[in-house]
Amino acid sequence: MTARERIAGSVANYVDERTGAAKWMKKNLTKVFPDHWSFLLGEIALYSFVILLLSGTYLTFWFDPSQREVIYDGSYAPLQGIEMSAAYASALDISFEVRGGLLMRQIHHWSALIFMAAIVVHLMRVYFTGAFRKPREFNWIIGVGLLTLGIVEGFLGYSLPDDLLSGTGIRIAEAIIQALPVVGSYLSFFAFGGAFPGEAFIPRIYTVHVLLLPGAFLALITVHLMLVWYQKHTQYPGPGRTEKNVVGYPLLPVYMAKAGGFFFIVFGVTAFLGAVASINPIWLYGPYTPAQVSAGSQPDWYMGWLDGLVRMAPPLESYIFGYTISWNILIPGLIVPGILFTGMALYPFIESWITGDKREHHLLDRPRNAPNRTALGVMSLTFMLVALINGGNDIIAVTFDLSINQIMWFSRIAIFVLPPIAFVITKRLCLSLQRADRELVLHGRETGRLVMMPHGEFVEVHEPISPEKAWILTQHEQMPALALEEHDASGVRRPKALKNKLRARMSKAHAVSIPKATAEDLKQIENH
Amino acid sequence: MSNEIEAIKDPGLPAHVHRRADTDPKAAKKAERQVAILFLLSAAGTVLLIASYLFIPQDVFIFFPILGSTNAHQLFLGLGMAASLFFIGMGAIHWAKTLMPDEEVIIQRHEFRSPDEDRAEFVKAAKDGAEAAGLGRRSLIRRTLGLSLGLAGLSPLILLGDLGPLPDEEQKMTSWKKGTRLVTDPGDRPIRPEDLEVGAVAQTLPAIAAGEHRKLSDIAKDAVLLIRLRPEEFNLDAERLSWTHEGIIAFSKICSHMGCAVALYEQQTKHLLCPCHQSTFDVTRAAKVIFGPSARPLPQLAITVDSEGYLVAQNPFNEPVGPSFWGRSA
Amino acid sequence: MENNLKRLSRFRRHRAVAPLLLVLALLSIGTTFSVAGAATSTPITAAERSALIEEGKEIFLKGCSSCHGLNLEGSAIAPALLGVGAASVDFQVATGRMPVADMSQQIARKDPVYDEREVEAPGPEIPGEEHLNYERDGSLAEGGELFRTNCAMCHNFAGQGGALTRGKYAPTVMGVTSRHIYEAMVTGPQSMPVFSDKTITPEEKLSIIKWIKAAEVEPQLGGAALGRVGPVTEGLLVWTLGLGLLIGVAVWLAMKAR
Repeated sequence: MTARERIAGSVANYVDERTGAAKWMKKNLTKVFPDHWSFLLGEIALYSFVILLLSGTYLTFWFDPSQREVIYDGSYAPLQGIEMSAAYASALDISFEVRGGLLMRQIHHWSALIFMAAIVVHLMRVYFTGAFRKPREFNWIIGVGLLTLGIVEGFLGYSLPDDLLSGTGIRIAEAIIQALPVVGSYLSFFAFGGAFPGEAFIPRIYTVHVLLLPGAFLALITVHLMLVWYQKHTQYPGPGRTEKNVVGYPLLPVYMAKAGGFFFIVFGVTAFLGAVASINPIWLYGPYTPAQVSAGSQPDWYMGWLDGLVRMAPPLESYIFGYTISWNILIPGLIVPGILFTGMALYPFIESWITGDKREHHLLDRPRNAPNRTALGVMSLTFMLVALINGGNDIIAVTFDLSINQIMWFSRIAIFVLPPIAFVITKRLCLSLQRADRELVLHGRETGRLVMMPHGEFVEVHEPISPEKAWILTQHEQMPALALEEHDASGVRRPKALKNKLRARMSKAHAVSIPKATAEDLKQIENH
Repeated sequence: MSNEIEAIKDPGLPAHVHRRADTDPKAAKKAERQVAILFLLSAAGTVLLIASYLFIPQDVFIFFPILGSTNAHQLFLGLGMAASLFFIGMGAIHWAKTLMPDEEVIIQRHEFRSPDEDRAEFVKAAKDGAEAAGLGRRSLIRRTLGLSLGLAGLSPLILLGDLGPLPDEEQKMTSWKKGTRLVTDPGDRPIRPEDLEVGAVAQTLPAIAAGEHRKLSDIAKDAVLLIRLRPEEFNLDAERLSWTHEGIIAFSKICSHMGCAVALYEQQTKHLLCPCHQSTFDVTRAAKVIFGPSARPLPQLAITVDSEGYLVAQNPFNEPVGPSFWGRSA
Repeated sequence: MENNLKRLSRFRRHRAVAPLLLVLALLSIGTTFSVAGAATSTPITAAERSALIEEGKEIFLKGCSSCHGLNLEGSAIAPALLGVGAASVDFQVATGRMPVADMSQQIARKDPVYDEREVEAPGPEIPGEEHLNYERDGSLAEGGELFRTNCAMCHNFAGQGGALTRGKYAPTVMGVTSRHIYEAMVTGPQSMPVFSDKTITPEEKLSIIKWIKAAEVEPQLGGAALGRVGPVTEGLLVWTLGLGLLIGVAVWLAMKAR
């Protein structure tokens, strides 16, 4: 035994005698993780969270979350002598007086944007591969929760410096709170400590932003990861991979090196953006005052769809018995997002209700093999994209010489018309791809080589595909639609007949598929 | 289930393909050197970070294509940091890919469902425990427990009562009173009608006493936009016309939709545009909404001139300014 | 002799020759024109004024009267020019907006058709302008406050420009001569309102110009400015460069090494 081994041994012994750690360490050091680049998207989000914690902590050492009015006397000449809040002044000091301050501010903000983008692409991967099915429904709900909290946390974060752009955003948020029926004014006065903007809001959201929400994130992310750890990660279908195994690499050393290394990659790329690209140049915006506003005021990208929905909303307000209900704010700001996110959170249960599938799934779906689900996903993305684009309609108008009025009308119509079109096109595409897969299995790959037959006919030579490829193209399960009887054996109409009818119809639409190639089919072709 | 149709069989894990570094020691050494270079690049990045922090002054600017004239301290500090982190990652990943074992390992999944005896034991333990607690039998305890916990849960809400004052009539009023002078924002200079040409706008606030200081909460309700048109361009009823003065009309600058500042005046079309959600108001028709999501026109401030010829408010606003709220009657 | 010729002709058929020759040709044509076409401006003395007015009338009749009328009375497609003032004329003509090249929703700034001397001809000198010290007088910080209160809602916080209704736009204020910025504030061209000298004093106008000029030359303090239009371009960068780099590395990470 070398000296190093002896020291390591005595440390391990010390810990194990007190905790029994060797048992679970042995199990977990050899834990196997499947390897695919699309499994790293969630990691981008996770590592961005760590970067946010680190860079955010750095910023808290200099940031003063107070709306007390001060006169600026720092080094940025165009703002000298200007009245501003201490929060804004401290953000300027971080940007100009603290060495590395501007870099860390930019890393923090870029990291937040990457965090949200990574969550969205990770969500798309999980959705389109059906990884949310049993036993992972609860983890999906946690994920939707993380997405929602992320949007709030990001909004609060960029509002902290109290500059003109983010102050405008707070004004709009206050209008949403105020618009709530019955309780709106009370909640607004409570949140702001009186009338807008007051002097209480920035210090309060500071507490939420650095303490309450990060705490919630830590808890939720821990549960999210523990579930992945315990339930084991899903894997893409392939030769040798079944519902009952996991094929991959052990935690020590491969996964640790790759995943650990990827943390440094994410941090490095974020730092690169912080170095070369300016983000939120607060010194140009100036301090917030309600009498000023900038042309082209938008929230950060992950709230752009909300802004777009609010912009395209029709000017509807109701007045009943002396009370006002602002539909033009409630519908785009709360009701539609509420429906969307609730539907998203409940989707695993909706899909299992439609398919009647109560089994565990650990093999991922190729999106084309679940045409209905894929089409629904693309439809939702189209909706969000139209809303997002409308959120930037004035920037688009100035850049491409268009009219904001025309873009608005386009969006108002497109948000209803484009998603169903996207659904139909996507479903057709998936079915086409299934057909192509079937062709590939039964007839092989087209090589492009033409051969003349003895009797003069030209045929293209097809090369049969490998058994591994054939397996990937046919391993998926094609569940039949639910058959729900309206009447039972005696001809008596069942209760819940209407619900069952709806369910049966949706199940039938969901199960539309091109039948996959089977060995039987192959044999028939060979015997031709 | 369709078991008569024979499915295509799983051919099993394909044979392992070795990497060059697995079999060729020279390739392994080469990979090792590559990893080492990557780690050294990271070290160089850290050196650049430290050197930039300590030695580059914060007011030096150098020119780069695409970036333009950029702050050298910030740029090199950041690039150093980026390199220092990025290449550790590249080194670790390259090491794992080329030199660490890449033979795939298979482990079996276990069913999550607990065995039946465990389940039965859990049910028994839970039931016995509940029985022992006696909640089921002792309804008096159950009900008073619920009452005490529910009330205790209320207390945090009560304790947060002083988060803010209750909204009151203050919410509906601004600082504008009869005779309040309109002054320029910024500058605090009173305005005469002849100061404004046709087609001119002015940002205004209510005059305050000398030494007084405006709070942002006041500005958030008091900001007013003055616009001068030719009197014949107005399309107003008699009352609203009497709120103008020699073609000068005043509106609350706080958007009736969600409260952004509305001051984007198009001189030729006589339209006001709010940049936040593109609500468009027609100045000739008392800021009637002609496009966009706002449901109400901007409140108009009745103005006239005082004895010294300065523009003043005739009366306070006739309605609350800013976004709508539940208690706002039509 | 033959060796030299051979050396030259060796490159004659190089595939870079054609594009290189094209670039060279374009450069030489362009330079020739710009050098030849550059006009020099000469100072105008009071004695030449009457001759200048005659010249101005000629220019007006030739280049402006078809739309604005022989007697400045205007027409269906152009406003009357009676009493518009020198500042307005200078702004419109010297920024190239007039004569109009493209009668679309909004008349854009372009290269001026008339040189500086010809611009001065159609109208008298702008009264009081000789007292204005652009870019020297005025307060930088006050200018910023004034800009954000009076200008940013149309021209954006950094003067990059913004959208108006129905395809109109507030153009960027960057790269505009100080005098023309001043004239625009005073005359209120096209959709822009007038900013009277009593509500924004000449001193304050100079402050605004000072701030604009400082913003124009302000170096990038945090890196590439991404257009100074806010979160839209920032989000675009994340979804293209940011995620692109990260997913690129992820794909490389999961690929089997050779």
